Amino acid sequence: MRFRWWHGALIFALVLALLSPLASSSPDGLERVAEDKGFMETAREAVFEVIPDYVMPGIRSEAIATILAGIIGTLILFSIGYGLAKLLRTKGEA
Amino acid sequence: MHIPDGFISAPVATVGCVVAAGCVAHAAKATNKKMGEKQIPLMGVLAAFIFAAQMLNFPIAGGTSGHFIGAALAAILLGPWAGVLIMTCVLVVQCLIFQDGGLFALGANIFNMGIVASFIGYYVHRGDASLFGGHRKRILGSGGLAAWLSVVIASIACAFELAISGIVPLGVALPAMAGVHALIGIGEGAITAAVLSFIMATRADLLEIQKA
Repeated sequence: MRFRWWHGALIFALVLALLSPLASSSPDGLERVAEDKGFMETAREAVFEVIPDYVMPGIRSEAIATILAGIIGTLILFSIGYGLAKLLRTKGEA
Repeated sequence: MHIPDGFISAPVATVGCVVAAGCVAHAAKATNKKMGEKQIPLMGVLAAFIFAAQMLNFPIAGGTSGHFIGAALAAILLGPWAGVLIMTCVLVVQCLIFQDGGLFALGANIFNMGIVASFIGYYVHRGDASLFGGHRKRILGSGGLAAWLSVVIASIACAFELAISGIVPLGVALPAMAGVHALIGIGEGAITAAVLSFIMATRADLLEIQKA
């Protein structure tokens, strides 16, 4: 298979997923506002959990669990984005 | 900026879901008319890149972090409706699999980070480019500005949803959300400009897609 530009782009996204344990764990903008303005506690727990908070459950090392979650998500989104585009294009031609 | 369940009221969440569903349905129609062979892998890698980049929270002032959203980048590269579709894919997966953003708040999150951010990003970039001409440096500048504004305006939309839900007064939510996201948006602008400049240097033809 010939190497195409988007193979490189996908590899780049996967490399970013490898860096995910380095991400800041500080609250994000909305969480910061919610804490400062006193409405953080109104947040409800999720109805169900699959890979909550980007940490693969059942893995002792949090860094590895985060990387795995990142790689799984990146591959899922590539597949969905690619698949959706392909589907829309086929429909558009018909 | 992913709203968890509980931050917005049932009516606000419901309106968000209805508006998001309508826009996504239209986005699917609008996108398939423009879909070419090149866009297929581009949509895949953009969704993958945006997801991965969103995981990388960067610290800003005061023990707070922010992350890339990516709607402006997607909209600049593929148009606002494709931007809406890509962001919807990312937000749905984040919500259903990673429990980031509430299930009932999904519509509101798609509205803020998908629809509002894509259209602001796209039209600010477009407007700026047509006002000042499409010079290469200008494209980066207008891309960065568009990305910054997309985050700030999305955060203002979020502030309105919180206020309408009665969780926090608008006079409190608006300056707080816009203020912190004005900082986070600098990261968004920098990443967007960096990716655009990389694409310009390596695959400038991808930037032409929107003009065609």
